[in-house]
Amino acid sequence: MRADATAQQGAGGGTAPATGAARAVGAPILVVEGVSLAFGGVKALQGVSFDVREHEIRAIIGPNGAGKSSMLNVINGVYHPQEGTITFKGRSRHDMVVHEAAAQGIGRTFQNIALFRGMTVLDNIMTGRNLKIRSTFLEQALWIGRAKREELEHRRKVEEIIDFLEIQHIRKTPVGRLPYGLQKRVELARALAMEPELLLLDEPMAGMNLEEKQDMCRFVLDVNEQFGTTIVLIEHDMGVVMDISDRVVVLDYGRKIADGTPDEVRANQAVIDAYLGVAH
Amino acid sequence: MAETLDTFPRLLMHHAKVRPDRPAMREKALGIWQTWTWREIAEEVRLVACGLAAEGLTRGQHLALVGENRPRLYFAMAAAQSLGAIPVPLYQDAVAQEMVYVLRDAEVTHAITEDQEQVDKLLEILPECPKLAHIYYDDPRGLRSYAQPQLASYERLLERGRDYGAEHPGFFEAEVAKGAAEDTAAMHYTSGTTAHPKGVVLTYRNLIECGRNAAQMEGLTDREDVLAYLPLAWIGQNIFSYTQWLVAGFCVNCPESPETVMTDLREIAPTYYFAPPRVLEALLTQVTIRMEDAARIKRWMYGYFMGVARRVGGRILDGKPVGVADRLLYWLGDLLVYGPLRNVLGMSRVRVAYTAGEAIGPDLFTFYRSIGINMKQLYGSTETSVFVCIQPNGQIKPDTVGPPAPGVEVKVTDVGEILIRSPGLFREYYKNPQATAEAKTPDGWFRTGDAGYFDQDGHLKILDRAKDVGKLVDGTLFAPKYLENKLKFFPYVKEAVAFGDGRAMVCCMINIDFEAVGNWAERRNLAYSGYADLASRPEVYGLVRDCVEKVNADLAADPKLANSQIHRFLILHKELDADDEELTRTRKVRRGFIGDKFGVLVEALYSGRKEQFIETKVRFEDGRTGSISATLRIEDAKTFAPAAAKRAA
Repeated sequence: MRADATAQQGAGGGTAPATGAARAVGAPILVVEGVSLAFGGVKALQGVSFDVREHEIRAIIGPNGAGKSSMLNVINGVYHPQEGTITFKGRSRHDMVVHEAAAQGIGRTFQNIALFRGMTVLDNIMTGRNLKIRSTFLEQALWIGRAKREELEHRRKVEEIIDFLEIQHIRKTPVGRLPYGLQKRVELARALAMEPELLLLDEPMAGMNLEEKQDMCRFVLDVNEQFGTTIVLIEHDMGVVMDISDRVVVLDYGRKIADGTPDEVRANQAVIDAYLGVAH
Repeated sequence: MAETLDTFPRLLMHHAKVRPDRPAMREKALGIWQTWTWREIAEEVRLVACGLAAEGLTRGQHLALVGENRPRLYFAMAAAQSLGAIPVPLYQDAVAQEMVYVLRDAEVTHAITEDQEQVDKLLEILPECPKLAHIYYDDPRGLRSYAQPQLASYERLLERGRDYGAEHPGFFEAEVAKGAAEDTAAMHYTSGTTAHPKGVVLTYRNLIECGRNAAQMEGLTDREDVLAYLPLAWIGQNIFSYTQWLVAGFCVNCPESPETVMTDLREIAPTYYFAPPRVLEALLTQVTIRMEDAARIKRWMYGYFMGVARRVGGRILDGKPVGVADRLLYWLGDLLVYGPLRNVLGMSRVRVAYTAGEAIGPDLFTFYRSIGINMKQLYGSTETSVFVCIQPNGQIKPDTVGPPAPGVEVKVTDVGEILIRSPGLFREYYKNPQATAEAKTPDGWFRTGDAGYFDQDGHLKILDRAKDVGKLVDGTLFAPKYLENKLKFFPYVKEAVAFGDGRAMVCCMINIDFEAVGNWAERRNLAYSGYADLASRPEVYGLVRDCVEKVNADLAADPKLANSQIHRFLILHKELDADDEELTRTRKVRRGFIGDKFGVLVEALYSGRKEQFIETKVRFEDGRTGSISATLRIEDAKTFAPAAAKRAA
């Protein structure tokens, strides 16, 4: 099974993706090899292997229950796979631990928004800087020394992100009062606040209207171009996926069935059958 | 004063010398207000001017400005003027194709844009504008991978300016010295609703004299704060945030983004403020909605003290006598309600506020005045460098625009058209002598195309566009839009169409506001199935009749218009819609078209019938057509004798 998957990956992953002028896709930053994950008798992932290259936008698609979110959860250590290895920035391991993943530069957003609803947009994004804070609890409580200096520095970074995602007008608004599309944007902002090298986006455009989707697409592309962030995203909207991704992995029932550029994936018969629909 | 301050660049240099360290401009960036002093601006303008010169911009050429209110666009404007080039601001929300005409007409060679959005537009139309050879951008975001040779960043322009300035010492000063008061200072294009837009050529003398006269009248000093939030391409923005900025030397503040204007307004608390009626209305709506959600005691307080304000607020502001008890109550209201409210609106420091652009509802206008904001009406146009009439402090009436501003002559022709002669009068329409000749009489009067008249106190009252004003058979002035606006100031009336030209009396078709009247009906437990049903209810007819009769009472008080009271009206069974060509895309009623389309109704109105059957075609949003029919009731409204009116009104 694993050999099979690797062979497919070799076939699909060989072509160089289209690259913008401002960023050059580099060597693989993340390699997933033969990952299998089961919950009791349910096999969520079966021997999935693929790689993500530096600065690319990589999409994971598949029908409901194909294992897409499980895959993201394995990458940033929420789930621990029974088999397989994950190599991030050259370090191989059997599984990730959440805080380690974050400390090493993996940021993410969630399918169901996971923000602090009673806190303002600004404070929510500030929490994204948590791992970067070096000052002690005491220093912070007394607002002395490093604490003050650090907060100014973090606030500046957060303001840059607010400016980047064009959410200045809701800076002081509690997140719970915002419409869904803006909450998604705030979540992206929080993920960006930790300055990740690898950004995992779990259905960033789900439930949005066309205009919100277009905005979000632009932001994803801008993040990729401006900060050079490598992006792995799960998305249902095929138009979006085909437009903005460099390469696409297709999962079905926990197995990888295709891997390649959007054009290759679109032409792949297995994908057409499993996902895009076929006359039976 | 030794030097003559008759051009903008000279004024700028003057401020840099006289008040070098005073704040001249602020912009909120990354959540913090950044300040430029006059000295810093003068230096940056010098660099930009040298940069533009190095890039080939010369005297008499045009520089297009495309973007929101950004300090760098203002600097570029001053830089172009320093070189004797002419800034042409474009509406930043116009689509690319709409910009083609202006760019070609003005033969624009250089353009300064705000960001990627505007750059994209200009690049799209580049093939159609072959003369446009240089495009600079302020915000580099998203533009890194653009390789077009025409493109360069603002920073790059500054660099070029630094080099050029070093190679040509004294160049900038010599260029500024070449400027003269009669040179073209700026060109603003009028919005072309009927034909192509026309470039209005305004000289330094036009703008500076007009701006200075008004600044003197209002006592503007270098301590004012202004928020620049309206489009640069609009002449008013130029006057309030550029001309008067340089004339008075105050500080202009640029908001962080168009969405944050309300927050920025509160933080800056401008002392000199301008808002078109639609902005004021949106603000009031926000306040009203939030008050409805407030706790009961707050609602009561608001209701009670707003009543006090309505009664005496305006009079206190005008310095008229008010009883001690009322004064005390108003003082308490100011402490509890008006003060906090002004603060929330960002108007706690406002000394002078103007509104203009369209007719403002008397209730809306008096709301702001009653809570102690010195809101005043203004009349003007691009061709007159804005200021024609200004309401002087203490002489405010909701339905006039005040007496002529200092230095302005206004006269009304026999047919009621308003003519203007002022130092601010434009030189010409760019490359359009025919239009210039049509608009300016040989002896220097400008035909506004507006109809109006002076009231007993010498205040100008604007009625309508002159070409729309007609006469009843008895010779009474008939100004349809004036009547329609009066009706539309009622929340229940959405649209109104008045007929009367060449007829014996005025009749009116009315569209109810579905939401407002629907709400009203629900509160009265009045069941209805839809728009047509609601519109035909006798109760609704009663409601609308009250509105019409209030308008009539108002009209009766004005001897010139007393005979144009509305005698009969009907409520239409469908909403007037741009898809059915009854409204223009900017939601103006097409009176002639409606008169033809609903011809049977017009006839029924004038033949005294009580009801009329009508069938009309409608077009649905998906393009299908259908027809609706109804029998409409026609009702008479009470009219008032001119003499009896004083009591009724």
